[in-house]
Amino acid sequence: MDKYVLIPLLPLTAFVINIIFGKWIIKEKAHWIAILAVLGSFAIAVSAFLEVLSGKVINYDVYNWIVSGNFKVTVGFLIDQLTAIMLIVVTSVSLLVHIYSVGYMHGDGGYYRFFAYLSLFTFSMLMLVMGNNLLQLYFGWEAVGLCSYFLIGFWYEKKSAADAGKKAFIVNRFGDFGFGIGVIMIFLMLGSLHYTEIFGKIGTLQGQAINILGYNVDLITLIALLLFCGAVGKSAQIPLHVWLPDAMEGPTPVSALIHAATMVTAGVFMVARFNPIFNLSETAMNVVALTGAITSLFAATIALVQNDIKRIVAYSTVSQLGYMFLACGVGAYGAGIFHLYTHAYFKALLFLGAGSVMHAMAGELDIQKMGGLKKYMPVTYWTFLIASLSIAGIPGLAGFFSKDEILWLAYNHGTVGKIVWAMGTAVAALTAFYSFRIIFLAFHGTFRGTHEQEHHLHESPKAMTMPLMILAVGAVAAGWVGIPAALGGSNAIAHFFEPVLGHPHVTAAHEEEYMVMGISIAAAIGGIFVSWIFYSLKPEIPKNLAVKFKSIYTTLWNKYYVDELYDFIIVRPVKWTATNILVAVTDGKIIEGIVNGVPAAIRNFGERLRKLQTGYLQHYALSMALGVFVILTLVLIAKGR
Amino acid sequence: MQIGYPILSTVIFLPIFGALLILLIKRTNEGLVKWSALLISVVTFILSIPLFVSFDKTTAAMQFAETRDWVPSWGIKYALGVDGISVLFVLLSTLLTILCVTVSWNSIKDKVKEFYAALLLIEGAMVGVFCSLDLFLFYIFWEAMLIPMYLLIGVWGGPNRVYAAIKFFLYTLVGSLLMLVGIIVLYLGTGMSFDILKMMTTNYPYDIQLILFWAFFAAFAVKVPMWPMHTWLPDAHTEAPTAGSVILAGILIKMGAYGFLRFNMPLFPEAAKAMAPAMMILSVIAIIYGGIICLGQTDLKRLIAYSSVSHMGFVTLGIFALNTQGIQGGILQMINHGIITGALFLCVGMIYDRTHTRQISDYGGAATILPIYAAFFMVFTLASIGLPGTNGFVGEFLIILGGFAASKILGVLAATGIIIGAAYMLWLYQKMFFMETGSKVQGHNDIDAREILTLVPLIILVFWIGIYPNTFLSFMDASVQNLINRVNEAGLAQTAQQAVEVIK
Repeated sequence: MDKYVLIPLLPLTAFVINIIFGKWIIKEKAHWIAILAVLGSFAIAVSAFLEVLSGKVINYDVYNWIVSGNFKVTVGFLIDQLTAIMLIVVTSVSLLVHIYSVGYMHGDGGYYRFFAYLSLFTFSMLMLVMGNNLLQLYFGWEAVGLCSYFLIGFWYEKKSAADAGKKAFIVNRFGDFGFGIGVIMIFLMLGSLHYTEIFGKIGTLQGQAINILGYNVDLITLIALLLFCGAVGKSAQIPLHVWLPDAMEGPTPVSALIHAATMVTAGVFMVARFNPIFNLSETAMNVVALTGAITSLFAATIALVQNDIKRIVAYSTVSQLGYMFLACGVGAYGAGIFHLYTHAYFKALLFLGAGSVMHAMAGELDIQKMGGLKKYMPVTYWTFLIASLSIAGIPGLAGFFSKDEILWLAYNHGTVGKIVWAMGTAVAALTAFYSFRIIFLAFHGTFRGTHEQEHHLHESPKAMTMPLMILAVGAVAAGWVGIPAALGGSNAIAHFFEPVLGHPHVTAAHEEEYMVMGISIAAAIGGIFVSWIFYSLKPEIPKNLAVKFKSIYTTLWNKYYVDELYDFIIVRPVKWTATNILVAVTDGKIIEGIVNGVPAAIRNFGERLRKLQTGYLQHYALSMALGVFVILTLVLIAKGR
Repeated sequence: MQIGYPILSTVIFLPIFGALLILLIKRTNEGLVKWSALLISVVTFILSIPLFVSFDKTTAAMQFAETRDWVPSWGIKYALGVDGISVLFVLLSTLLTILCVTVSWNSIKDKVKEFYAALLLIEGAMVGVFCSLDLFLFYIFWEAMLIPMYLLIGVWGGPNRVYAAIKFFLYTLVGSLLMLVGIIVLYLGTGMSFDILKMMTTNYPYDIQLILFWAFFAAFAVKVPMWPMHTWLPDAHTEAPTAGSVILAGILIKMGAYGFLRFNMPLFPEAAKAMAPAMMILSVIAIIYGGIICLGQTDLKRLIAYSSVSHMGFVTLGIFALNTQGIQGGILQMINHGIITGALFLCVGMIYDRTHTRQISDYGGAATILPIYAAFFMVFTLASIGLPGTNGFVGEFLIILGGFAASKILGVLAATGIIIGAAYMLWLYQKMFFMETGSKVQGHNDIDAREILTLVPLIILVFWIGIYPNTFLSFMDASVQNLINRVNEAGLAQTAQQAVEVIK
């Protein structure tokens, strides 16, 4: 057995140990097992990364998973440039979240269970990114969905938490439905689910069409869009974004893990992994780019008015994921994954920072009831500020480089590119605005909570602040591997990704790049500036605006009523049909009516049969013998014919 | 493959004689009754293990075969044998019977010895059904199974047991009678022989095939049960004692689908091929209808019963897709469903023993009170919704793959089943285990060692099949290929020739 197997196997082992022995034997020591396991995975991931950096690509099968006729799929691992980066992101963020959770979850009744689930989550995501075939990716895909179900619903006694966990799973299944059909189509068309074979043969499908309800649909476009369905569900894009903001019901470290390293990034990873398919369909690419851009703008507008600190950060994730899809849609897969990588650090930091605030505020989430926290919790404040600057795209920080790369490549990608670039730039301004809205409302000004809360305010323990500080370093420096040539860098990460993800060829002059960069910097600074005026200088302005544009405000506040819409057009009709049509009419009246004749008849028959049903076995044996006798007679008669 | 005893006869008749022995024990000596039943079922299982270990996976021929003349003048033989399609069901039957004994240990308090005798009788008859190579013998076992099952529901069942038992009895009887007519026609058409293997190589005229297909279909479709012949199942399940539900869900309803594979397809291949689209449409209706109706249930057992309708829809869809993945997936999913739904009914029985309520609304918060139980139930729930890594996924995936290859639109519609399945199972889990603790759940003990041991074998199988399904899929390879050849090349005698060669 070689060491790469250990990357997913260590967290799996930790899960098994903790879930079986956690409750009675390991108890509050559960974190040791989990942390050591993920630390081991991280160490091996780093060494795998170094090997990939030196030009090696690891690809091998472990064993045959399912073999049925000509269908064959293995459990196997592929570690190339794309996977190597994902391994680093997943294991490092997961490790920090583990450590942070020691402080955050201290004293919780389900402590061992929490760490067991974290391990399982890490395992699932590692299987997802390391698979060398589509079905193993699907395994990880569903498994992260399961873990999110467990962790979002961690405090299952609360109805809202149990609901949110279930919602996450079921909404994801809608996406998986399309994804699964895509997987099956790929197998039926290409005869394999292994990446190398899929990518080798996909060209042969070019120009083929399939007839669906009378329309001819390009086969590759169809496959690409079916796969994208899965990504839309997992990465919370319109119209399947509804589960992610509700996922806030889980413990905050889980949110950090889901939003930064595991789960939601899976969709982006998958689209990037399948770039050879997407590249062959312009339609599919445009759908990806526009879905990403629209989701990005849509989520950012919702984030503008929310007051729940975690909910704002959650919508910012939806928005930033849209950015990553926008990048993939314009062929800038490398930039998309680069943003995924920088986003992992500043988003984990934002969530863990929000968790630290909640910790101090005894669970309070409403930023309107905070204020002035800066002086009580300096580490949290400064790290949160760094993360906010990074997500806003202030030059020099990680978020700037990845965001700028996306916008620049979008700008150079024809008409669709120009449209999504414009939307992306608008989102940049909104992002800066709502991120600093948190800073000004929660950390600046005066405290607006209760006296009791104020008395209780404190900085979080070391186990929590240390991960914050490490992540802050990432939020600043993670982007330095992608400094563009226009700023005198070498854009090392783009070259690193090129063998797997390609790199759009851009011939435009540096001057134009400076202009695009300048616009996005101006948007970011503008957003921060307006935020400062609104929430620090003249707090009456937002209140007046809310009153003046009441319908817009309530629409945003209610998240465009998407949840209500789904409830109205899907959930209720299905439940109504189940109860009032299927149970009451078709099964209850029609089918039962036909088979029973008149229900009275069977009761009547029953009365008579009751006399037969004496409970003595002999009688039944006798009737059985009679039956056999009847058969034999029939046979005899038949024979005698 | 030399085994010192006629393995199939032993596995059939050991429980039957055991049942008779148990009837001789004094009524008051309940301990002896229970321990004897356990011993007999365990020994039977152990004796059936060579079927798993020594099975030759390279051939489609019947193995462990036994043939003796029984009533020579009528051409009736005592012929037994298993192939890759039936062998796993024999093992599943012997395993589930043990678990039925252990789960009933404390919950059956009335007519104890009759109960265990009936259970063992069912076991013998079930194994007989799967092993029979003579149609007459098959029919005897088929009907013999009905009676103790009827008793299980009618005597040890819930308040409305008589209605449910009669309904079960009538439904299956009507179906069986049509099959009986079909059997007689076949007997005459095969030159006064009940030899199934001979029938498999005989080519009947198409119009006869068509009539016989529907005659056998009547018996099997009721058993599966296929939509719209399913309404006996929720009633039977709801009223049956736990062991009855487990047998019913685990083995009995599999016999319908097994019947399709053993009779409808190889005996009437042209008719099967012609009718396959209709069968697939009924299957997809069952998947969706059976799934959605679960969302309207208030009774725990009824919900799981309806989920069986949906899951069995997957099975028949795969079978009638008539391709390797579909049929292998279908057979595997039958095993899976036996494991998963069998386990779910065991679980329901365990909680019912404590709370004495089947109303879903009476539950809530059980995860806090019975954490071990909740964990087991969760694993089976996940297997039921086909999570990768569990057995349910492998079966469902192969079926949808096979179904999609046969018909795109039906494949897509069947795939909606994975959404609906997640919706009702997670809804059920939430109502039972999450949120505030219901008053009826309060204060109960978690499951004990006996109950844990009852569930552990099934947990192992859930993951074994989920992670390494090839152990089980490889059993089917040769037989399924042979069956497909028979259906596809109906009329060419030599393809089925292989099945006739009996390996002694």
